[in-house]
Amino acid sequence: MRSSLARNSVVPPLGHAAPGAWRRRLPERGIALALFLSTILSILVTVGIIAVLLFEAIKFFGEVSFWEFITGTRWTPLFSSKQFGVLALVAGTTLTAVLAMLVALPLGLLSAIYLSEYAPDKVRRPVKPILEVLAGIPTVVYGYFALLFVTPILRQISPDIAVFNALSASIVMGIMILPMVSSLSEDAMRSVPRTLREGAYALGSTKLEVSTLVVVPAALSGIVSAFILAVSRAIGETMIVTIAAGQNPNFTLNPFVPIETMTAYIVQVSQGDAPAGSIEFKTIFAVALLLFVITLAMNLLSQYVVSRFREEYE
Amino acid sequence: MAVISQTEFQRRKARRKWLGRVFHGLCLLSVTVALGALVVLLIYLVVQGVTRIDWSFLTSFASRYPEQAGIKAAMLGSIYVVIVAGAVAFTLGVATALYLEEYAARSTFARIAKINISNLAGVPSIVYGLLGLQIFVHSLHLGKSVLAGGFTLALLILPIVIVAAGEAVRSVPPSLREGSYALGATRWQVIWHMVIPQAFPGILTGVILAVSRAIGETAPLIAMGALTFVPFTPDSPLSRFTVLPIQIFNWTSRPQAGFQEAAAAGIIVLLVILLVMNAGAVILRNRFQNKWE
Repeated sequence: MRSSLARNSVVPPLGHAAPGAWRRRLPERGIALALFLSTILSILVTVGIIAVLLFEAIKFFGEVSFWEFITGTRWTPLFSSKQFGVLALVAGTTLTAVLAMLVALPLGLLSAIYLSEYAPDKVRRPVKPILEVLAGIPTVVYGYFALLFVTPILRQISPDIAVFNALSASIVMGIMILPMVSSLSEDAMRSVPRTLREGAYALGSTKLEVSTLVVVPAALSGIVSAFILAVSRAIGETMIVTIAAGQNPNFTLNPFVPIETMTAYIVQVSQGDAPAGSIEFKTIFAVALLLFVITLAMNLLSQYVVSRFREEYE
Repeated sequence: MAVISQTEFQRRKARRKWLGRVFHGLCLLSVTVALGALVVLLIYLVVQGVTRIDWSFLTSFASRYPEQAGIKAAMLGSIYVVIVAGAVAFTLGVATALYLEEYAARSTFARIAKINISNLAGVPSIVYGLLGLQIFVHSLHLGKSVLAGGFTLALLILPIVIVAAGEAVRSVPPSLREGSYALGATRWQVIWHMVIPQAFPGILTGVILAVSRAIGETAPLIAMGALTFVPFTPDSPLSRFTVLPIQIFNWTSRPQAGFQEAAAAGIIVLLVILLVMNAGAVILRNRFQNKWE
């Protein structure tokens, strides 16, 4: 503590100060300690998450083999004949996340190109914050919208689509994630230096060629990391899929039938008041641990992509 | 590259320009689709729910009868939980940001702490709910109470507050600090009298945005064990509670059209609250920017 205080200090050590300095020194140390402890607490949150998830998950794996969990495709812990194949939930999560990205990726990237390369300043200035409003709307609102607005429209187009289906939830989730993709991608594109664009224009390129062959490749690390973050967000998203995609752990990639994601399963069990210590209670920690590991890996990958592949121009 | 004729050049040029216009149109279309989705969403909500909002909707408890159901308990629950979450996250977030920027900047410890914070920001919100369930509800015996819910959301928004406060603290010009040190101020005197007042609007903006995220959170509070049907107002920090998003979720999942209407009305109330808070944040940010330009 003391050395870290002294190292960056502009003032001389207080020991050399006038008599009475100790009265000022004591509260100084106390405050520094309090701030330090607060920082430690933020690290303890991570430790706490891992500990809490591992604690119950280890108990779960004492009763269910890890191999069955990770390779099984039937998930029925709430039935009398219990099976614990988490792939049924992983399939639901993968399906909704992939479909959501099919919406968010092209729309988000094209929006970013428009805002960064095409839009005049007086369009960009109001449009950008309005677009970000989409990211601030609570997910339960999107869930409502998916179930009661998008699903009926889809069912009019094709009556084969079930009331609860992955497609409707994914489309709406894609719209929710879109501003994240477009905002982060646009930031990356705008940090590409002007001179690169001007060089390409001087060679006779059109705006399309400058955008897709110069700006996007130069900003690729930022764009890719935005995509990865968006996927991670889609995997962890809970309310839209809980409300609109159903609670049927189907090992399927059919977007028209009810499925269940990892997050929706946790909500389902939490709502049912499973007693602590029961196997149902332990399953949610095992599922949450898997969810945590997957999203953590994606977040780290996203940071790695930015730091490793960033193009430096200055 | 092969030499091409004048007419061939003109033909290719026309084609490239045409492609460019198509691409421009596609980009414009994407932005329009995104903005259009927002407009459709808002219009749909207003059409569904606005007629359902009246004084008795705001002052009635949840009910088995859709036409009598109101959001009194949910509104008060949301307000209490968010006050707890905001106060805790503000204190811890500003303290951590001050330590990382003013005391430990550039140290290995600060680097690790910052990596940790950016990873915490990416943890799915429902995982925080399970953390709150095990730590606050079970280990600290707070029960499924307002306090436990507030603490859970505080941890969820802590990374947002730390990052925003850190940026605000960094944007205070070093000359202000150096001037104070030159007058003999201690480190904490500099922070308390110079850094915090200068950074305060930025910090407050960050806290407001973080709190507005907390107001909309549903999943972590369900995982923590908040109730879905509450016919009473929470009367102490240890009393059980529900919040507006959970009430909306509950009504949305019911088949009766009356409850879905109530859900839309609840959503409108929620969005108006968020709008007011965000407008406040924007006003603060503008005032803050003007000072340094």
